[in-house]
Amino acid sequence: MITANRLIDGEVLYWRAGTWVSALVDGEVFDDPAAAKAALDAAQSFVRDNVVVGLYAFDVRRTADGIEPVKEREIIRSSGPSNRTDTGKQAGMGPLEPRDVQPITL
Amino acid sequence: MPLIKNGAFVADRFIFIPEGQAFPEDGGVMVTLERFQSERETLLAHHRPLAVRLAAGDNPEVLKDDLGAIAAIALEFPVYKDGRAFSWARMLRDRFAYQGEIRAVGHFLYDQLAFMVRVGFDAFDVRQDFRIEEFARALGEMTYVYQPSVDRRKTVIDIRWDK
Amino acid sequence: MYRYDEFDAKMVRERAEQFRYQVERRIKGELTEDEFKPLRLKNGLYLQLHSYMLRIAVPYGTLAARQMRQLAFIARRYDRGYGHFTTRTNMQLHWPRLKDVPDILHHLADVEMHCIQTSGNCVRNVTADQFAGAAADELEDPRPICEIFRQWSSFHPEFNYLPRKFKIAVSATPHDRAAVKWHDIGIEIIKNDAGEIGYRVFVGGGMGRTPYVAKLIGAFVTKPDILSYIEAILRVYNEYGRRDNIHKARVKILVHQLGADEFRRQVEAEFVEIKKKGTLQIAPEELQRIEAYFAPPAFEDLPEESPELDAAVKADPDFADWVKVSLTRHRAPGYAITTISLKPIGMTTGDISSDQMDGVAQIMDDFGYEEVRVTHEQNLVLPHVRKKDLPALYARLKALDLATANAGLITDIICCPGLDYCDLANARSIPISMAIQKRFSDLKRQHDLGEIKIKMSGCINACGHHHAGHIGILGVDKKGVEFYQIQLGGSGAEDASVGEIMGPGFGKDEIVDAVERVVETYVKLREPGERLLDTYRRVGMAPFKNMVYQEQLHAAY
Repeated sequence: MITANRLIDGEVLYWRAGTWVSALVDGEVFDDPAAAKAALDAAQSFVRDNVVVGLYAFDVRRTADGIEPVKEREIIRSSGPSNRTDTGKQAGMGPLEPRDVQPITL
Repeated sequence: MPLIKNGAFVADRFIFIPEGQAFPEDGGVMVTLERFQSERETLLAHHRPLAVRLAAGDNPEVLKDDLGAIAAIALEFPVYKDGRAFSWARMLRDRFAYQGEIRAVGHFLYDQLAFMVRVGFDAFDVRQDFRIEEFARALGEMTYVYQPSVDRRKTVIDIRWDK
Repeated sequence: MYRYDEFDAKMVRERAEQFRYQVERRIKGELTEDEFKPLRLKNGLYLQLHSYMLRIAVPYGTLAARQMRQLAFIARRYDRGYGHFTTRTNMQLHWPRLKDVPDILHHLADVEMHCIQTSGNCVRNVTADQFAGAAADELEDPRPICEIFRQWSSFHPEFNYLPRKFKIAVSATPHDRAAVKWHDIGIEIIKNDAGEIGYRVFVGGGMGRTPYVAKLIGAFVTKPDILSYIEAILRVYNEYGRRDNIHKARVKILVHQLGADEFRRQVEAEFVEIKKKGTLQIAPEELQRIEAYFAPPAFEDLPEESPELDAAVKADPDFADWVKVSLTRHRAPGYAITTISLKPIGMTTGDISSDQMDGVAQIMDDFGYEEVRVTHEQNLVLPHVRKKDLPALYARLKALDLATANAGLITDIICCPGLDYCDLANARSIPISMAIQKRFSDLKRQHDLGEIKIKMSGCINACGHHHAGHIGILGVDKKGVEFYQIQLGGSGAEDASVGEIMGPGFGKDEIVDAVERVVETYVKLREPGERLLDTYRRVGMAPFKNMVYQEQLHAAY
């Protein structure tokens, strides 16, 4: 999957079909490394346009419940601090509408 | 690259002569420290405006005995985070009483100009897209200073005690 | 405490506008992220895992009640209603938006606060003994000289692009509570044989990948000379500190590579030149002006013992437990220095909600001369409390969930934010520290174990001071999985020492058991009056290691 933070407020974003969504579950999963590379290149335009920063790709695995990042770091980024479950995406505390599959306005 | 002196764009008196390239007949030249050291006698004998360009790691103390004959010293910022030249400029002014031009070259930002002026830089080789009105703005961002430096501005402490 | 004059006030105001312009240029794309990052860091703004994080300076750990209230307001309005006190005695907000930060800076400026140089490769917030101005054994209040350092270092034109960050701490008592030898410059205020007060200057301490305890460089620097001496140190460092490798860029590496004697020689040569100019000599009238702000409050004439306190101690065993660990001897009779633990069992170390901030501010007004201190151990201190007010104070703290009786005990853990927030972290630290707290929550047991300093970091950068922990814990990443190493024998006090790594790390489900086995080993081996650190120093690593790993071996089968 591909992720970045939004410049203006730092919100964690995930790439989906040429734009960004706020929830990991709504993000696009690439099984083909070439497709991931192409998407990463396309996402670079948002870095150039100063919309997002810290762009990179990370690994996820498919589980019975859906997808899960391989690294703890990405699990935490996708949900929020594990010591404060009342904050972050897990609590719907991001500035974006959570769970809404509509692309967000940037 | 455009050159700023006294708050305005000016023509550059010096042409940088890279290693191995011959000097023009006349006119001011800027050379690297290595070239200055290897061709010192010739360069000093020529009596043309002479500038020496130092790399970030060169302590300008090596030019101590020739400062009277060097019209400008360019101090290089390889990346803007490398702040050695702030000390070198200050040493040139403070320690060696250097009166010539101290020029900032390389990668530096608008946000460093005020500090540069405070430590003795008086010429700035800025980016092509630099807007000249930004220069005065940069110097005006902060009204007061806390530290004595080579610009001899009154510090907050001087003002407090009317010194 | 210090109050800004019109000049100080204008500086922080203009700094807010300067930063607004930087943010504007970043958003417009006139600055790239690479260019903007060091600029925002110089103003304490990080981009972390979930959001930006803003680090607000609390110079030498001193806060006034109105400042505490303003922090509460800012955290409510621009954040999630809480803040986090750090080992540099700063406050961090974990959720601000980039576009709001210039406005936040103005709210801070309203109460004489700022974020200047709380990060970046420059001189950072200067820290001091949290008991300054109250400790019975203090030579003089270290804060006036800290304020002089704050002003001198703010926007220093020569030293804002150093090879790496630079931290200064000052202590004025024989018992070092400010971990001065773990700083780039650690200053001890001392008296020489002639009875003159001056400074002993240590240079080159630091944690991180290569931990060093600072070396003695200036044996006695006089008061008027100290800025010249520090400027000399910074100049040698700026000119010759390494810039080729970020892990070798701190002054500790330069001191180590040159050797203390050669480093001292270079500093002294520079110092002589700076002194010739004379412009940095501290003017006595300016020092007096600043000292006047730190004059102690007019203490009442009270008897040393308070019958109200004694009666309450007898009546309430919980209060008695709290009194036992929370009070330190004050220089004025009838007063006590009171530590407020920010380590309630099972809560995040150093976190404080806006409501708690407001509550503490009210307590400061009512019982504490409107002043509080932030400690590098992530607690708060009311420096001057009348002993007879302690029962009422305790009741207020209890209502705020801030009356945990564990200051200085094993559950008073220093802990960085770790992988729950931090972009640099390799492992989580907060949940581990919470689990350790729960394991040792029994207060009788804690008191029996005595002073045990557990310090924990989620990566090698050591914000949680693990090198200086009696028990230090370092989180590492092994192929995406969190692991934890234990170190023993570190100290951040006057007997500063670097902890020694015990052996292979533990998984997150094993680390608490491992800590408990270290503690059990201590209990088995200790002699009367020995702290864990003393026992470790006497018997060495081997018995601890045997006990911890043998048992792990058995458990594995």
